Amino acid sequence: MFNFGIWTSELNNFLMGFLPEWATVLVECVIIALLVLLTYTVLALFYILYERKLCAWFQCRLGPMRVGKWGLLQVFADMFKILIKELISLKDTDRFLFKLAPYLIITSSVVMLACLPWGNGLQIINYNIGIFFILAVSSVGVLGILLAGWASNNKYTLIGAMRSGAQMISYEISLGLAIITIIVFAGTMNINELVWAQDKAWFIFRGHIPAIIAFLIYVVAATAETNRGPFDLPEAEHELTAGYHTEYSGIHFGFFYLAEYLNLFIVSGVASLMFLGGWMPLHIPGWDSFNNVMNYIPSVVWFLGKSFFVSYVIIWFKWTFPRVRIDQMLSFEWKYLMPLSLANLVLMAVFVALGWHF
Amino acid sequence: MEVKIKSMKHEDFKDNEYIDSLVEELNATGANVMVGKLDQLINWGISNSLWPLCFGTSCCAIEFMSLGAARYDMARFGFEVARNSPRQADYIMVQGTIVHRMAPVVRRLYEQLAEPKYVIACGGCAVSGGPFKNSYCVVPGVDQILPVDVYIPGCPPRPEAFFYGLMQLQRKIKVQKFFGGVNRKEKISEFFEKHPEEEGRIG
Amino acid sequence: MSEIKEIISRILPSAVITEGDTLMVTVEEKDWYGFAKALKETKGLEFDVLSAVVGMDWKDSLGVIYYLTSTSRGWDVISVKVSVPDRENPMIHSVSDLWKVANFQEREVYDFYGIKFINHPDMRRFFLRNDWKGYPLRKDYDADPKLNPIPTEDEANEDATVRYVEDAEGNVKEVPGKVFEDDEYVVNIGPQHPSTHGVMRFRASVDGEIVKKVDVVSGYIHRGIEKLSEGLTYPQILHFTDRMDYMSAHQNRHCLCMCIEKAMGLEVPRRAQVIRVMMDELMRISSHLLSFGCTAMDLGATTAFFYGFREREMILDIFEKTCGARMSMNYNVIGGVIADLHADFVKDVKELISIMPSRLKEYHKVFSGNLIAKNRLKKVGHLSKEDAINYAITGPSGRGSAWSCDCRKKHPYAIYSELDFEEVLETGCDSYSRYMVRMKEIEQSCRILEQLVDRIPEGDIRAQVPKVIKLPAGSWYQQVEASRGTFGVYIESTGDKNPYRVHFQSPCFNLVGVMDLTCSGYMIADLITIGAALDFVIPDIDR
Repeated sequence: MFNFGIWTSELNNFLMGFLPEWATVLVECVIIALLVLLTYTVLALFYILYERKLCAWFQCRLGPMRVGKWGLLQVFADMFKILIKELISLKDTDRFLFKLAPYLIITSSVVMLACLPWGNGLQIINYNIGIFFILAVSSVGVLGILLAGWASNNKYTLIGAMRSGAQMISYEISLGLAIITIIVFAGTMNINELVWAQDKAWFIFRGHIPAIIAFLIYVVAATAETNRGPFDLPEAEHELTAGYHTEYSGIHFGFFYLAEYLNLFIVSGVASLMFLGGWMPLHIPGWDSFNNVMNYIPSVVWFLGKSFFVSYVIIWFKWTFPRVRIDQMLSFEWKYLMPLSLANLVLMAVFVALGWHF
Repeated sequence: MEVKIKSMKHEDFKDNEYIDSLVEELNATGANVMVGKLDQLINWGISNSLWPLCFGTSCCAIEFMSLGAARYDMARFGFEVARNSPRQADYIMVQGTIVHRMAPVVRRLYEQLAEPKYVIACGGCAVSGGPFKNSYCVVPGVDQILPVDVYIPGCPPRPEAFFYGLMQLQRKIKVQKFFGGVNRKEKISEFFEKHPEEEGRIG
Repeated sequence: MSEIKEIISRILPSAVITEGDTLMVTVEEKDWYGFAKALKETKGLEFDVLSAVVGMDWKDSLGVIYYLTSTSRGWDVISVKVSVPDRENPMIHSVSDLWKVANFQEREVYDFYGIKFINHPDMRRFFLRNDWKGYPLRKDYDADPKLNPIPTEDEANEDATVRYVEDAEGNVKEVPGKVFEDDEYVVNIGPQHPSTHGVMRFRASVDGEIVKKVDVVSGYIHRGIEKLSEGLTYPQILHFTDRMDYMSAHQNRHCLCMCIEKAMGLEVPRRAQVIRVMMDELMRISSHLLSFGCTAMDLGATTAFFYGFREREMILDIFEKTCGARMSMNYNVIGGVIADLHADFVKDVKELISIMPSRLKEYHKVFSGNLIAKNRLKKVGHLSKEDAINYAITGPSGRGSAWSCDCRKKHPYAIYSELDFEEVLETGCDSYSRYMVRMKEIEQSCRILEQLVDRIPEGDIRAQVPKVIKLPAGSWYQQVEASRGTFGVYIESTGDKNPYRVHFQSPCFNLVGVMDLTCSGYMIADLITIGAALDFVIPDIDR
């Protein structure tokens, strides 16, 4: 496997050659920040097109076709337009909170993006509590949505925000429990170690029954966490026009729009990290030549491929299922999903204690 | 100068004199090359990313649904992101009759749209009041209360007519100027000249 | 009928009974409320459905004509005429406590004629703004646009309402009231809202997510069709029907044509009759497909919407080939239809019939077979059979409450009596039943088409009609089963080439009347579901 760490350490050595240490760190930070922002934008745009094309195919349509070959430039046109749209500020609102909300949301998703393992050696921060950090930061996004709904001084946004608060806080429990199940299995929260622990085989295969249950719980909870159908109540178009971001225009709306898609990528990325081996190629114990062939595929491709696959499943949900109602959604979480994930956690602990895994 | 859009040839449009005269008028003052290029880029963006505000009052709205459905599929042009919040939409497509009770609502929706914003009057009723023109409470044409960019006649217009109208709007956008020159502000001031009593209200 | 006459003259000897199109009973205003109560409750009469309320201006007096139907007496229809000579302050007793459907109907009459209804719970204008000057359907209405200019401001005092209460001595007092209390949290849904199916406006008072009360504000697409009709000749009026309920264009127009033909005593050729029925059923399928798509979309299942529209395009193609338009076909004319069938008609209809069963299965797979959809639709929006009758909820929504109310069976018109089809009834009384009735009606409509498609007789497509159509003096009422329920047309003529009064009794008008009843106690999301399952078309309500 090619280790991207070679490039980064070479860059580090090169900078250290003529700069003091603090300046090296500064330059590196700037480079990383630029890279992250660039990746963020490109990925978000890609995801918007990805969803529009996919949903068109589910609906016997073609999707964007005219702007650029196969509609590839469509999202860039959208971006230019959103950038120059007028920013409307409203009377009788809390201006500061109103403007703060989109930045909170976008910041939380950028920080989460920075934590993901992109490839072998391609990782920005390697915490010993990496996955815990991602979970913690993801909660900041809820705050942004609540603020947006509250500060807009609009009944629709308020209802949307309250729904969103109830939903995200509830489903975070199942999401967290599903992740803890895997942490119990792996025995670490360090993202790098998590990936390397899947060198032999991915967790979903190694942990078999409890891991598969945890994966299913995770996918459902992640769908709810990202406010996507069938759990798209906070922005339920047909009930609340545009939900919590009804009053936002221009780039502020653009932030919500981008963050929505990026959050989809992030939950898919975490799913691939926790269950599908992160950037680790598909390895089957005993099949050495097969494993070698798999290693030739770059690790970045593996990571992106797995994430896109999980996103595909989540998008598929959205364009298939009707929306659930708020009481149904909450009772589903508290009556079924959370007890199930708790039981699954115990099951996993038993499996680990008795060594019933690969 | 020809206004090119990708989806249809210039000579296939019916009213090229109008667009040509618009181009001439706008180019009379000339433009900086850099600014001109930037303008073109922005106009390319706006014209290819027209997000409609769902605003259907009657039959035309059903044809608009057909426009979104699989056979006509307006997503091909990137028009499919119909926003329900006026803040996020680019143009308001008035589909159907506007009556007295509705008139203030339409006005408010138009004012809530973020600039740059456009209006399409769609169907006989929105163009002129249609068969209900003589009624006691029908607004004879939405242009009485809004500055209309494109008129699409028909009762209701066929989906092809919707596309034609939308492409006409794209052409109009392609010639506008975002930086300097004569731009849409001009249109609004013209509107105020016609309706001086509105001046203070919108501002 | 003679039996009814007998009972009526026993209850109210002063009633004047005349026989015309239907039995017409003329009563004085002071007797009206007691008589109405007797009509509803006396054994042997039991007129439990108020089919239509038609406001009238006879120049020397104002009044109302009520059309009543008795479900237990084989759907006999009678009409009752009540008039008051006072033009300044006309007042008639309200019957909205006997027949709930009269609530909105009487508000409409008040809006058009200024007749105040005593003891009506909420006497506001219905279609027009509350600052409107004059009553537009009165014959002496001043249509000067300066009186009612295009407004730029919203209406003030939306919450203000008024009641006219009669005390024991018979004195009527004006009592002001309020629609919503000051401390209620009122969410405004519409008029520009993605799932009100047009420009309906609901003001819902909510407690958290639970809806407590819904106030329907209509009139955002009120175009004054009834007034316009009075100034046009009969063939000219026809085009309005296509633009009211655009999803029942053929049925509505069929109804108006039949009403005029009935008045003229015109016999329609059999070929035209068969073509009309086939078009009606095609329209019904197309309407139910749209309803399926919109229900799915309102519930968030966007994909199902596209599947419904895929088949709907096939029907639109059939319409386009024969009628020349996808919507607003303008196909039926007085005496028949305007053009002969296209050569592909039989082939296209056969293809449609052959694919529909498999497509219906697909719909159930993609939408209604889904657990989430079932949970969203079942036990939501309960409407009991008694309420359905009292609110005169006809069509698929009424049949979803197990009320057998299909006009094609009760008052067979055209060639429906010769056809073999079932009236679909569901007993769930909820949104799911209403939805299922529609899906099953598509099957029944296919069955009707199947019976007719190979048996379209040769012959004329329309009867000979005079160049200038004049109806004899009198009044006529005709009902058909439109896609959303019983559609009625009332025409009163003085022998001229213009009608004296045209009234369209639209099914959706009644449907919207149960929004408050069905939504109270459910959640905001259910309000959308209930609206989608009732499936009203707004221009049909507002006319």
